[in-house]
Amino acid sequence: MEKAFLTVENLNKRYTDDGLPVFDQVSFGIDKGEFVCIIGHSGCGKTTILNVLAGLEAPSGGVVIMDQREVKGPSLDRGVVFQSHALMPWFSVLGNVVFAVRSRWPDWSRDKAETHARRFIEMVGLKGAEHKKPSELSGGMKQRVGIARAFSIEPKMLLMDEPFGALDALTRGVVQDELLKICSATHQTVFMITHDVDEAILLADKIFLMSNGPRARIAEVVVNTMPKTRTRETMHHDPQFYRIRNHLVDFLVHRSRRIQEAGAEDVVTRVVTPGLEQGAPEPLDNFPQAAA
Amino acid sequence: MKPAAQLGWRAGLISLALFGCLLLVWHLATAPKQSVENARAAASSATSADDEYAKLMGKSSSSPVKTSGFPGLAQMGETMRKELANPFYDNGPNDKGIGIQLGYSLARVGLGFAIAAVVAIPLGFLLGMSPLMQRALNPFIQILKPISPLAWMPLALYTIKDSSISGIFVIFICSVWPMLMNTAFGVASVRRDWLNVAKTLEVTPLRKAFLVILPAAAPTILTGMRISMGIAWLVIVAAEMLVGGTGIGYFVWNEWNNLSLTSVIFAILVIGVTGMVLDLFFARLQKLVTYTE
Repeated sequence: MEKAFLTVENLNKRYTDDGLPVFDQVSFGIDKGEFVCIIGHSGCGKTTILNVLAGLEAPSGGVVIMDQREVKGPSLDRGVVFQSHALMPWFSVLGNVVFAVRSRWPDWSRDKAETHARRFIEMVGLKGAEHKKPSELSGGMKQRVGIARAFSIEPKMLLMDEPFGALDALTRGVVQDELLKICSATHQTVFMITHDVDEAILLADKIFLMSNGPRARIAEVVVNTMPKTRTRETMHHDPQFYRIRNHLVDFLVHRSRRIQEAGAEDVVTRVVTPGLEQGAPEPLDNFPQAAA
Repeated sequence: MKPAAQLGWRAGLISLALFGCLLLVWHLATAPKQSVENARAAASSATSADDEYAKLMGKSSSSPVKTSGFPGLAQMGETMRKELANPFYDNGPNDKGIGIQLGYSLARVGLGFAIAAVVAIPLGFLLGMSPLMQRALNPFIQILKPISPLAWMPLALYTIKDSSISGIFVIFICSVWPMLMNTAFGVASVRRDWLNVAKTLEVTPLRKAFLVILPAAAPTILTGMRISMGIAWLVIVAAEMLVGGTGIGYFVWNEWNNLSLTSVIFAILVIGVTGMVLDLFFARLQKLVTYTE
């Protein structure tokens, strides 16, 4: 297997020494420019995996290698968009982004940092709101500032923990479109947690499905075979959409638990392309891939 | 906006009415005695010898009212007028204007409070950031905190050997605790998300302290400072009564020794108003650093 841009090998995490691990034998790779969504029930350790990738939490075992370097601790190479947006309420919109920019390039002048920050604020469609405080913004706008902040440091990889979880459906759609636009323009590598199946199909090139915890695994990697040009408005006319969607929902409703109950010692992560299957509810293992 | 304004008006009106009632009660409680005394004084038709005797006693026979116990409103007004007309006169150590005395007290409180802030806020940062130090220093803080600041006075006088500096020390020791505790609490409870943002941005410790933790904890720290200032202002009066020399507390005690109740009441009012102004100042500061999420 060719080394991917980001490689995760045999990651596991246990919070008590004698307890079961929340997840174990988690291995996957993400290529440069790939958009990956991870879906799974609460408690399967998605956020922990993201925190490990961000360097905010240490795994109990396993390694994460990004760009040939082991991930040990947080780094400006990985931008994080937090679920709760995590804007600093004492800074304005501009101040929040400038804070990030100046952390990335400490020797930049204030003017240069501001110009750079403004570019990203404009990119998420918040031109004109630069001097507002976060408390004056709606939830969607706050999250956009969070995205602008993460993009502004031009990270090698973007990590997003349910960035749209707290938004209403309409706002969510608008911000998703914006994110899609920015990502395809910048070829950003993204790892994103979501609970929303449609969101995953719209945004992701690959969707990782996690079985239930404890001992959660990445059970399947669903390759999104829909054309890159898909949009929120037209996506559901593509017959592939429902095949992928059904596959994901089936997994979440039935198989995620069954896999955990089966509790095989060595779980093989299957790579599946349900979009291409014709009327086959259970796809075959066409690309078996051994887990580490 | 309108109902709020109306509420303000009505509250103000009631306040005024209450104030009026208070003055009226005061007047009524002191007035009848006056008239009786007056009448008696008139009836006994003071002789020149009586006059002389009264003068020797520091009283003037032309206004025998002053001999009656509690001062009336008119005397009160007279004292206030005199004190306010010339608040900065200085006729030697036992007779200084209220402005000078207040200045001494404010200077002591300001100095003691400033030193306390310089010590408490960095130390509070340390306690808030390091659970180890928090636990290690906790026993000391818990024992030292409940000690009445005046209990330190003899020790301070013995070691420092200067009453004025001892006063400052007492202010320091009483204002240090609320600031320390609040700073430690504020720093310890900075939202995890903000710290994580700082971590993922690899923010240098100094920038993190000043741009993330300080603004995040500022409202809590200011609350501590406000409480400290309140306590310091309570304590300074007692401390100055004890050590004497200068200050508003000494002024109260001195006027009590002079049996000038109007001056005592006047000083009490000044203490109250100054305390309120100090509190308002900190409330304003607090509003400046408070953020809404």
